[in-house]
Amino acid sequence: MTDMLTPVLTDMWDVERSWTLAAYTAKGGYQGLDKAFGMSQDAVIEAVKDSGLRGRGGAGFPTGMKWSFIPQDNPKPKYLVVNADESEPGTCKDIPLMMGNPHVLVEGVIISSYAIRANKAFIYIRGEVLHVIRRVQAAVEEAYAAGHLGKDIHGSGYDLDIVVHAGAGAYICGEETALLEGLEGRRGQPRLRPPFPAVAGLYASPTVINNVESIASVPSIIANGAAWFASMGTEKSKGYGIFSLSGHVKKPGQYEAPLGITLRELLDLAGGIREGHDLKFWTPGGSSTPLLTAEHLDIPLDFEGVGAAGSMLGTRALQIFDETVCVVRAVLRWTEFYKHESCGKCTPCREGTWWLVQTLARLEKGEGSEADLDLLLDQCDNILGRSFCALGDGATSPISSSIKYFRDEYLAHLTHGGCPFDHARSTAWAGQEVTA
Amino acid sequence: MALDDKTMGELREIAGRYPEKRSGLLPMLHLVQSVEGKVTPDAIEACAQILEISAAEVSGVATFYTMYKRHAVGDFHVGVCTNTLCAVMGGDQIFERLKDHLDVGNDELAEKRQGDQYSVSLEHVECNAACDFAPVVMVNWEFMDNQTPEGAVQMVEALRAGHDVKSTRGPKLCTWREAERVLAGFPDGRVDEGPSAGPASLAGLEIARERGWKAPDAAAVPVIEKGQADD
Amino acid sequence: MTTTPEKATELVNVTIDGIQVAVPKDTLVIRAAEQVGVQVPRFCDHPLLAPVGACRQCLVDVPDAGNGRGFPKPQASCTLPVAEGMVVNTQATSPVADKAQQGVMEFLLVNHPLDCPVCDKGGECPLQNQAMSNGRGESRFSGGANEGTKRTFPKPINLSPNVLLDRERCIVCQRCTRFAEEIAGDPFIALVERGAQQQIGIAEDAPFLSYFSGNVIQICPVGALTSEAYRFRSRPFDLVSSPGVAEHDACGSAIRVDHRRGKVMRRMAGDDPEVNEEWLTDKDRFAFTYAQGDDRITYPQVRGDDGALRPASWPEAFAVAARGLAAAKAAGGVATLTGGRLTAEDAYAYSKFARVALGSNDIDFRSRPLSAEETAFLAAHVVLTAPSNGGVTYADLESASKVVLVGLEPEDEAGAIWLRLRKSTLAGRTEVIAIAPFSTRGLTKLNGRLVPTVPGDEPAALASLAGELDGTAVVLVGERLATVPGGLLAAADLAATSGARLAWVPRRAGDRGAVEAGCLPNLLPGGRPVADAAARVDVATAWGVDALPEAEGRDADAIWWALHHGELSGLVIAGVDPADTSNPVGAKAAIEAASFVVALDVRETDVTRAADVVLPVAPVSDKAGSFVNWEGRVRPFEAALANPSSLTELRILSGIAAELGTPLGFRTVAEARAEMEQLGAWDGERTVAGVTGGDENLGEGLVLATWKQSIDNGSMQDGDKYLKATARTPVALVGKDVYDACGPTVTLTGDRGSVTLPAEVGDDLVAGVVWVPANSFGAGVLSDLASPGSRVRVEGGQA
Repeated sequence: MTDMLTPVLTDMWDVERSWTLAAYTAKGGYQGLDKAFGMSQDAVIEAVKDSGLRGRGGAGFPTGMKWSFIPQDNPKPKYLVVNADESEPGTCKDIPLMMGNPHVLVEGVIISSYAIRANKAFIYIRGEVLHVIRRVQAAVEEAYAAGHLGKDIHGSGYDLDIVVHAGAGAYICGEETALLEGLEGRRGQPRLRPPFPAVAGLYASPTVINNVESIASVPSIIANGAAWFASMGTEKSKGYGIFSLSGHVKKPGQYEAPLGITLRELLDLAGGIREGHDLKFWTPGGSSTPLLTAEHLDIPLDFEGVGAAGSMLGTRALQIFDETVCVVRAVLRWTEFYKHESCGKCTPCREGTWWLVQTLARLEKGEGSEADLDLLLDQCDNILGRSFCALGDGATSPISSSIKYFRDEYLAHLTHGGCPFDHARSTAWAGQEVTA
Repeated sequence: MALDDKTMGELREIAGRYPEKRSGLLPMLHLVQSVEGKVTPDAIEACAQILEISAAEVSGVATFYTMYKRHAVGDFHVGVCTNTLCAVMGGDQIFERLKDHLDVGNDELAEKRQGDQYSVSLEHVECNAACDFAPVVMVNWEFMDNQTPEGAVQMVEALRAGHDVKSTRGPKLCTWREAERVLAGFPDGRVDEGPSAGPASLAGLEIARERGWKAPDAAAVPVIEKGQADD
Repeated sequence: MTTTPEKATELVNVTIDGIQVAVPKDTLVIRAAEQVGVQVPRFCDHPLLAPVGACRQCLVDVPDAGNGRGFPKPQASCTLPVAEGMVVNTQATSPVADKAQQGVMEFLLVNHPLDCPVCDKGGECPLQNQAMSNGRGESRFSGGANEGTKRTFPKPINLSPNVLLDRERCIVCQRCTRFAEEIAGDPFIALVERGAQQQIGIAEDAPFLSYFSGNVIQICPVGALTSEAYRFRSRPFDLVSSPGVAEHDACGSAIRVDHRRGKVMRRMAGDDPEVNEEWLTDKDRFAFTYAQGDDRITYPQVRGDDGALRPASWPEAFAVAARGLAAAKAAGGVATLTGGRLTAEDAYAYSKFARVALGSNDIDFRSRPLSAEETAFLAAHVVLTAPSNGGVTYADLESASKVVLVGLEPEDEAGAIWLRLRKSTLAGRTEVIAIAPFSTRGLTKLNGRLVPTVPGDEPAALASLAGELDGTAVVLVGERLATVPGGLLAAADLAATSGARLAWVPRRAGDRGAVEAGCLPNLLPGGRPVADAAARVDVATAWGVDALPEAEGRDADAIWWALHHGELSGLVIAGVDPADTSNPVGAKAAIEAASFVVALDVRETDVTRAADVVLPVAPVSDKAGSFVNWEGRVRPFEAALANPSSLTELRILSGIAAELGTPLGFRTVAEARAEMEQLGAWDGERTVAGVTGGDENLGEGLVLATWKQSIDNGSMQDGDKYLKATARTPVALVGKDVYDACGPTVTLTGDRGSVTLPAEVGDDLVAGVVWVPANSFGAGVLSDLASPGSRVRVEGGQA
């Protein structure tokens, strides 16, 4: 059987000067290129389809199928756009990946662009990660110098240019059509679909938009074969993925494992919840995925397992909160985030988040009444599925799930006349205090 | 005051990187920030002129993205993550402490005292994708991982005094304007500073190394039947 | 709905609220629902703007998308096209849709100030109306213990001198910004900021200066956008709305005149899919106060023995006018200059009055530079063309493969044409080719192609296009081409040889009607040639007179000359400004020289001050009538205001004619219309244009190109200072070489004077040309500088 952890993308991270071409090449990097160029483009697409790779940006759409939607009879240029706008609260995998192993992304971009017949690719990196941008810029430069990019790559006759594009601060640009707007120099507001980007994306041309981790997984699939990738994971959620543990665990960090691992297993590896505390709630894949609790420790962390538990696998951003954390405070803060990041285009998200924050803030201060919980749920009902894009949906996840699991805690705020928690006990340094 | 010829040339160069020049707008606005210290009406006009769009359209973009500033920021712009996880882990306390220490509100520039080499501004930021290093502070968009209130105060004082401060996962901190220039696509040669990964990033890998865990050996995996996984 | 060219329409069957309906493929669900009588509430949706799905008010339930599967969530009906077999349940039958809509409405009102009692829009507000029909009565956001905090903004702010924005009322539906970008091509307003702070904004020092800006006020579904002129002046429910037709250009745009207690308060675009769709130029919208000023003539005046004008009764004025005209007729003849502002019925009255009462064909509507070539062209190629007999229409512009513009700058001179061309060019259907000295802003926004042409060289430029036009092309000829020798002939030749269709676009609302009515020296009403005996008999019979004058009359330039030189004695003149004529000094002198002048006008002018009898006439708001637009489409309208002392010109002329013993046979608009209809159109031979004339343009200096901008010093724009403030700053457009030699200020000197203007470089201005706006400084180009097409000297600095 497969080992519990399966470092592939993270495997470079402890290598000396891992971000350099030399280090990457020494580990066998860029060998996938010639193999890919030796295959037909459609065969590459088939291989990715066969691997079962599903989008690692949260939605889990089969990557190979996405590529096959590109209409190859369309005379317009085709584009590959890498979504490196990692901004979902709790999600922190693409950033260390690009910092420690930027070349695997570049290699993935080359193979993927080849498959969809794109001669221009863009890596859209959120602007707030300066050093990551440096590393990716440098990797692209090195790849050009080594002949992995530019004209007639490796004598294959295939040309590719990559532009590294820095964003400027907008969570919504993680939504693929909003990202395209940003990449076209516009306000990052989602576009009407259809037409879908595969048909009319960047510059109204056929465009594939993939998450960093999805693209970075492609070289390993080509090098080792679809069956190798599919041998990991579960039936419908194949392969490996990076699981990001954060919060009240002893060893927060990145754990690359086959899909389907459980939180209990991950917590064991991470040394458990911090000393003297218990798991209270967690997010399986960022703040937009409904909260789960200790009763969900054994669900397989794959698309189906988490879905069956009423949440979503998302980006495998496992934010762990122990019993010192006030769920109302946590949810209010996330809601303030969604309000801040709402693009403003549609009414439910723009006005709904404005109102949700006020209702939650009142509850958190111990004001309002139990009826406000029903009001909150009704507000969520009027936002979920009514907004233009998924940001509005995401904003309702923490609220409705927290009321589902922690209704009494909301009510405790009312009876207590405020928040009954001591926030100081949740801090990273609280453990250093004497436990009373 | 109009932008100088060098800047205008570089703005055109950025626009030229893309199949359609308007795509250059985001990096172009980063570049004008590196020159002007913020997005000025002149800069908006210059971008509009180069991209042949209206100043209102540029303005719409410049006001949409939070990294664009319409007022001066410090040589070192300190962003404290107060999204839920970092807030819970102590980000709120760090932000409060810095506000108090610098005597500023959110997104404000602290007074440059006599003797200060550099100025500092403070802002609370949303999740910066470093949750495993919580609580996180960003200085000119470089990671300052695992911060404490006291450590953050010492850090801003060191910055004001002109001492070298190193990112926990990156190089010696450069100024905000220098950082903006890199974001515009003009590298500064600091790429090889800093580590490959921070300690938390390596948490899983270290366990795998200890226990000898690996991804399966490709040679040992049977070849997949066509279409088997195709759904 | 629009007049987009129809294809064979494929129908799709859908079921909406249980009712089956077949609608054309690609119809949006929101409009399909209208077909079964269901109004789905909406804000961002507008049939003439691209769908955005932003407000989410129009959510409906779709249990079957046509493939047997339903959408799990409510869908925005404004972005969802119908599909065969689709089942849609709106708020009328679906609790899910109803709740979704109520939810969105509640969100919209969370941050709305609910200041309907003090809001201009109150009473005609889609938000107010739909909040009543599709919202909950009680707020859960504010009131009681749950007092929420609303978003507030300082208010209002000026987007331009005449458009104000109240950001608190705005629901950011983007109708205005989409209009600015898609329809007007003037994206000077844009969404700025983000999230709850998102708002409509302008860039610093870059106001929303668009010739079409007022449309955003009209399509705003809330009270966020208001006009400086109308703000707080009236309540919708106090207004009486009358349909009308705009009088500022030859487009024939439908308008709605909103008035209260005998005063026009505002004007809105009417909805006429075949003409102006739902849009209006700012000039047509805001310029209506010219008739409300102190200079309005309110009673007849006659020149007394002391040489001064004195008030007179109508009967006395008629008598004095008749006496004087009879004497002048006997002394050498009386000519008639009608200007271009008349209704078709009034023009008909002048035409008949000139022939019957004055016994003369000396009549011309053209109060601007003209030519004999044009006189012949109008008779041969313009009169009687109409949509009903194959004349070029707006819809044709939209389906044309190419549209050639010559002597015409439609954004300035014919806004509705420009908008239609933009619609078509944006859809990729039409290429616009302009024969002009430079690419104007209007042409650039049409993605048009310039054929760079020095004024005077238009004939060659037209000929050069012969190879690329065919029957799918249209040539639009502006009235300015009249001054180019051979220009109109060349246009007609181009059309004849290529098969392209030809249309003439005058500048004024009454021009085309005057052609039809025979306010020309060579034409009788209905396109009957004066020179054709049968045509004269036709008209004489209808009019019950023995005969009509046989010889073709003098054109306007010849009339001025003859008056000045004593060859004509009297003048009937209506709404003509000498400054507009080809020779302003000569025209003034001619009026001075005339022995007897009867002036009919709305307002006091230099002409009325010099006249012997002054007769006040009704402005368009006060009378019924028709304009015939450039297409030849008759655009009738009724009086908006009832003003018993405001007489139509036909009533006045009939009074004078009666005194002269030659009754016109009608006293009302209805009677005149009936007679016009009875007379009908000429079905005989038309004259053939063949005249060319004018002088070759020789001499030193740059050739002067000029036309009137949409917003300028035109007297019919008087009275709205906010509109006037949106006029473009007058500049002289020069080549880079001239700019480098002369600097940022230039003085132009022509045969009529010198003007000093800021200079601007015209990037693609053809060499040897300078352009200035025709009526944006002083008394205008013709008075103060030189004739269009003549040479002017350009020097740096002040004169």
